[in-house]
Amino acid sequence: MSQGVGVVGLYVRDQDEALQFYVEKLGFRVHTDAKNGGYRWLTVQHPDQPSFQLGLFTPGPPAVDAATAQTLRESVAKGAMPPLVLVVDDCRAAYEKMQARGVEFTQEPIDRYGSVDAGFRDPSGNGWKMIQGRKAS
Amino acid sequence: MPVCGYKRYVMTNQDPELLRRLLRAKDRMDAASHEEWPVDRLARVSHVSEAHFARSFKDAFGVPPHRYLLTRRIERATALLRETELSITDIAFQTGWKSLGTFGRTFRDVTGESPGELRERERAAQHNPEHVPACILSAAHRPNLTSAVSEKRRQEADDINDSTEKAEVL
Repeated sequence: MSQGVGVVGLYVRDQDEALQFYVEKLGFRVHTDAKNGGYRWLTVQHPDQPSFQLGLFTPGPPAVDAATAQTLRESVAKGAMPPLVLVVDDCRAAYEKMQARGVEFTQEPIDRYGSVDAGFRDPSGNGWKMIQGRKAS
Repeated sequence: MPVCGYKRYVMTNQDPELLRRLLRAKDRMDAASHEEWPVDRLARVSHVSEAHFARSFKDAFGVPPHRYLLTRRIERATALLRETELSITDIAFQTGWKSLGTFGRTFRDVTGESPGELRERERAAQHNPEHVPACILSAAHRPNLTSAVSEKRRQEADDINDSTEKAEVL
């Protein structure tokens, strides 16, 4: 695929902490980790999804001013950022594995609408729904 | 356009670390809204004092913790009314109410109709919610409880041209 969405970013409170979470607890890989002065462009990737990068960014100058950055940090910590969905083959198995690694689950796996879903948060407060993909029939 | 009551929402900075811990208490209520959540229990989840908790939670999320819990219970009851054949009595007790009367009264105050009326209307409408993740679906249906229930009753009585103002606030 040569066209499409390449990077979508999340705001996180601490990039080192986020990197550790997404790589060690969720199994993502680092795609780019580039520092330029105080700025750090950090993206990770799901191993099965090479055309998409998830950016892990901290709000701050030069992109936003200090007051806006504070508001964004508060919004992230309040869980007010938009929903995120992680699709997995087996929600219960993924739940067991991630919970053992210390992921903070907000909802245990539930069977509904012909699938299974669970909920967790990253350390910053970003909320993920983890949904079992439907097998193609 | 100035909106009545808007000044109450003047933002003061809150420590993101504290907010993250308050979010944990909110998540716990979401996960088990049928349980009792007295302030001391919530404060323990957030690692703050009881006095600090109630105030900080309202500052962070716009409603006091107990009222937030109420919206979640109504939301769950609404889902059960829509999606299951459970009796209204069963739904009341499953969602955390101790009396059917309180459930019915609160439900009507929040949603504007009785549990039975909502069930009939939803059934008639025949939604197909299959392709929206359930959490998002339930958030979309969450009752917008920004005023106390008794306050809401009063407002309904004397706010005739309130609809445009509400649109501004939301």
